[in-house]
Amino acid sequence: MMASRHGTGFKWIVPFLYIVFLMLPIYWLLNMSFKTTNEILGTFSLFPQEFTLDNYKAIFTDPTWYNGYINSLIYVCVNTLISVTVALPAAYAFSRYRFLGDKHLFFWLLTNRMAPAAVFALPFFQLYSALNLFDTHIAVALAHCLFNIPLAVWILEGFMSGVPKELDETAYIDGYPFWKFFLKIFLPTIAAGIGVAAFFCFMFSWVELLLAKTLTSVDAKPIAAVMTRTASSSGYELGLLAAAGTLTMIPGAIVIFFVRNYIAKGFALGRV
Amino acid sequence: MARIELQALRHSYRPDPVDDADYALKQVDLVWEDGGAYALLGPSGCGKTTLLNIISGLLCPSEGSILFDGVRVNDLSPEERRIAQVFQFPVVYDTMTVYDNLAFPLRNRGVPEKQIDTRVRAIAEMTDLTEMLGNKASGLTADGKQKISLGRGLVREDVNVIMFDEPLTVIDPHLKWKLRSKLKELHQRVRTTMIYVTHDQTEALTFADRVVVMHEGWVVQQGTPQELFERPRHTFVGHFIGSPGMNLMPCELADGGVSVDGHRIAVDRAIAPPKTGARLELGVRPEFVRFVDAHATDALPVDVIGVRDTGRNKIVETNFAGHKVRALVPEGISVPQGRAHVRFEIDRTQVYANGWIIE
Amino acid sequence: MKTRNQKAWFLVAPVVLLVAFNAVIPLMTVVNYSVQETFGDNLFFFEGMKWFEEVLSSERFHDSLIRQLKFTFIILAIQVPLGVAIALAMPRKGFWASVCLVLMAMPLLIPWNVVGAMWNIFALPDIGLLGKTLNAMGIDYNFTRQPFAAWATLIAMDVWHWTSLVVLLSYAGLSSIPDAYYQAARIDGASAWAVFRYIQLPKLKHVLTIAVLLRFMDSFNIYTEPFVLTGGGPGNTTTLLSLDLVKIALGQFDLGPAAAMSLVYFLIILLFSWIFYTVMTRGEDK
Repeated sequence: MMASRHGTGFKWIVPFLYIVFLMLPIYWLLNMSFKTTNEILGTFSLFPQEFTLDNYKAIFTDPTWYNGYINSLIYVCVNTLISVTVALPAAYAFSRYRFLGDKHLFFWLLTNRMAPAAVFALPFFQLYSALNLFDTHIAVALAHCLFNIPLAVWILEGFMSGVPKELDETAYIDGYPFWKFFLKIFLPTIAAGIGVAAFFCFMFSWVELLLAKTLTSVDAKPIAAVMTRTASSSGYELGLLAAAGTLTMIPGAIVIFFVRNYIAKGFALGRV
Repeated sequence: MARIELQALRHSYRPDPVDDADYALKQVDLVWEDGGAYALLGPSGCGKTTLLNIISGLLCPSEGSILFDGVRVNDLSPEERRIAQVFQFPVVYDTMTVYDNLAFPLRNRGVPEKQIDTRVRAIAEMTDLTEMLGNKASGLTADGKQKISLGRGLVREDVNVIMFDEPLTVIDPHLKWKLRSKLKELHQRVRTTMIYVTHDQTEALTFADRVVVMHEGWVVQQGTPQELFERPRHTFVGHFIGSPGMNLMPCELADGGVSVDGHRIAVDRAIAPPKTGARLELGVRPEFVRFVDAHATDALPVDVIGVRDTGRNKIVETNFAGHKVRALVPEGISVPQGRAHVRFEIDRTQVYANGWIIE
Repeated sequence: MKTRNQKAWFLVAPVVLLVAFNAVIPLMTVVNYSVQETFGDNLFFFEGMKWFEEVLSSERFHDSLIRQLKFTFIILAIQVPLGVAIALAMPRKGFWASVCLVLMAMPLLIPWNVVGAMWNIFALPDIGLLGKTLNAMGIDYNFTRQPFAAWATLIAMDVWHWTSLVVLLSYAGLSSIPDAYYQAARIDGASAWAVFRYIQLPKLKHVLTIAVLLRFMDSFNIYTEPFVLTGGGPGNTTTLLSLDLVKIALGQFDLGPAAAMSLVYFLIILLFSWIFYTVMTRGEDK
């Protein structure tokens, strides 16, 4: 209201400098993606001297590249769908009922976020190979459930606890069966929470590489793994690498834009 | 302690207001005498919280000035105006004890610890918090927390005015009455000006010596509870205060008095013809509608439609020339049925032009 | 009040099954390896506690554990205060708050190897903006050769990558404080410091617990970014626990020691998190 009278006028400088710091490496990546490899290695310039879209063209015409994107998007979406779907009833149970071992179960779920992926990489490989799921999208989607389901349960439980119990009771009095109440009344009420949970599942599945790389070889290879392979096999195709990296930021940017008003809320309502 | 004057206050939340509709506060001229117990009454959205925030200094008015003892304070901060405020939802500093909460305003002002201690204990005594002084404030019930907020206001001896913004919203119903009497008692002890904002007429009328009624950004009346009851200066006051509210019906001027659909009704003053086009209304409270004989002077024919018993009174609903008119009949007096006659008490019958009283 | 209802187990069953499938079976595999010796061709011999004793007494493990603790401590010491400071200075609502949130969340959504690659080309002394600028300023900087530069770059990268998480959490905590608190504080004549100490910090305590826990766990698990940026070098100077673990497990195929090390390491994270969680939430449930 009258913050301007009391707030210091130069407060904005802190977030401003921070954002500049955040944008610098991104800008450099973008800058490089429009350069030829020769220019990158030869001259140092703040803007591309010979502006080229060749790097992007190479990605969009080479199936190993664009299939990488498609593979990543498939398993990320499948994982988000699975995680949120199974987390919904579980979060409801944690927010509404007390049952044998509920607290321990909740803590156990959370400990799985602590499990270092590096520890699990090899056993995962063996487990999914034994099930003949190696190099499939579903394998990665299932493996990512390890850390995404606990997170989704945690976020959704926070949102659900914010919904008064009277809503449930009214619906039962009105004669709704449980599943109908859950789908028709309860889910729309916590739509924002579902959005936030989906956002975080998407995010963590999208950025994870170690497990995704371990569980795939050709058919389901994620984009990030395609990049590491390129980096090692074709020497230093930096322009191509930069372009591929730039493209990996786009899905995230789109998702952030849609949920920008809910991000903060999702954290605020979640509980340890 | 100070006398607070508001002169030609207007406030808009928009950067460039054009007409009255853009203003949350349309025009306010008011004087709050030193040491009074005031209530600011109105429905939600009438501008009362805006007015409160302007007095406290949390909000700067678009136009007009605020004077404390004749000194313009528009540009002073809340602490410089030396006001205290109790909010709708209890604000306590959770990590501190009750004692530290009460001492907080004094410590911020660098008062010596010894003096703080005396003062805090005196205030705790007044607000019944003595036994909880050592407790964490976060553990208290809602009414306890509101007492702390109040105590933080009282603890400073130099406070000009304490303001209450619907302070009983989150209090259990059976404690509301207790806390309200406590407030009233405290006001009599400390004699600091208190302004109590509420939308509840019972709270306003029982707490305050004088009530300010607001409606759509205007102050429609300031007066004692009795004045508001007997002589509402605006149809809104008539309708908002009292239960049931004032009977209102359209009327026109007729040789010295007024008439409603050809029925002449006497009033106790000469009505000057208002501006042409003004909407004239006759208003009379149900308390001042009496059943009389058909032959009595000024008897008006009505049809009794229904009776509702409220315990002490009966509310009789009648139809008078197509208008709904309610009468309040004390217990023990019989209510006629069907066709009957009533009289409006002459000195309690008001005439309004465009909502405002004609005097 | 929650009602007691054992049928709620049906609602959590799918979650338990899926997570258990992913957590318990691999964990058992790791436990299994940790007590056996392998010579390839699926020949295993029971070794008891041998690997654990070896790991716990090995200098290599001590070194990477110390490096790991150093790293975690430094990034927490930078990210938490910095994140809180940025959240405090950020606009609380409106258009600019949205702009800040969207831009600040960017690093969180970049795949981790891209983060490493991005910082690699950003910091390289010959073609990177940072490396070139520092050298032009007369600072001899080459993170591929100098241990200190490698550390500094690694930490800068992690600050870049994760401070926003602390900012987002703190921002969420701060937005949950009703305006009335600030108004009351102004009326009570509280200084900016008092407002922070008695209003903002208590409200932040909860989200900061989450932030520190998440940052602690994730920094202990960090693998991909340093692997791409420095590969653990120069020498072993930036070989954090996970890097070392993968080197042993996949590089040398020493499954037994790697598995034992994994378990020790998992237990360390669990222990620290538990202690921290207990201390931070002590007295909250009363």
